[in-house]
Amino acid sequence: MKVVVQVENFDPWVEMKNYQDANIPAGKHGGSVTFIGSMRDFNEGVDGIASMYLDHYPGMTEKHLERVCQEALDRWDVMDAFVIHRVGDIQPDEAIVLVGVWSEHRSAAFDACRFIINDLKHRAPFWKKETRPEGEHWVEKNTQDDQATNSGS
Amino acid sequence: MGKADDSLELADGASVKDAWAQVSSDDLPNNTLIAVNMEYTDISHVLNEGDEVAFFPPVTGG
Repeated sequence: MKVVVQVENFDPWVEMKNYQDANIPAGKHGGSVTFIGSMRDFNEGVDGIASMYLDHYPGMTEKHLERVCQEALDRWDVMDAFVIHRVGDIQPDEAIVLVGVWSEHRSAAFDACRFIINDLKHRAPFWKKETRPEGEHWVEKNTQDDQATNSGS
Repeated sequence: MGKADDSLELADGASVKDAWAQVSSDDLPNNTLIAVNMEYTDISHVLNEGDEVAFFPPVTGG
C-alpha cells in the first residue's frame, strides 16, 4: 500500500503501470480498478475556472489516507491499494487524485476503490480554492455519491 | 478563527470545548471538524499536555 501527497503534476496511467510493475506479483491479480479525479473548468454553475489551489493538513492528510487504505485492505479481499493526491496549484484537465486497487476478482476491487475515494472526498483534510472569473472562491462541500455503501463518514 | 496555529494554557482536565472557548467567543459552527493529534474526535475530548488540536471546515478534496 502506498499513499503520496505531492505538488507535482503526474500522469495517472504511467503511475498505475509503474506501481503495478513494481508491487503486484505477475499473474496473480485478476482485476484492477482505477479512479482518476481531474480538474474541471466549471463548477456549481460557474464556467471559466482558470485554476485551483489545494490546501491540506500536512501529516494528518497522509495519516488519514493510509488509515482508509488499510481499512479497505482489511475489509475487502484486495491485494493492494495506491493513492496519489495533488496539493498546491492545479490547472484544468490535470489529475487531482488517483486511486488504484488490485484484487483477484473484480467485485472487491470496485468496492474498495469506491470506499477509498468516497472517504477521501468526505473525510480527508483537503480544501479547494478555485480561481473563478469573479475572483477566488473556497469550495464549501463536495457532491455526494448516491451509490455509496458505507464510506465511513 | 483564521489562525494557522497558537499555543494555549488550559487547566488540567480541559476539553476541546474549553480550548475553543479560549480562542473564540463564537459558538463552534455545526459543521466544524475537530482533530486532536491528527485524529478525528469530538468536542468533549479531554486534552493532555502537548496535544495538537485542529478545527477546520468541511473537506473538499478529490
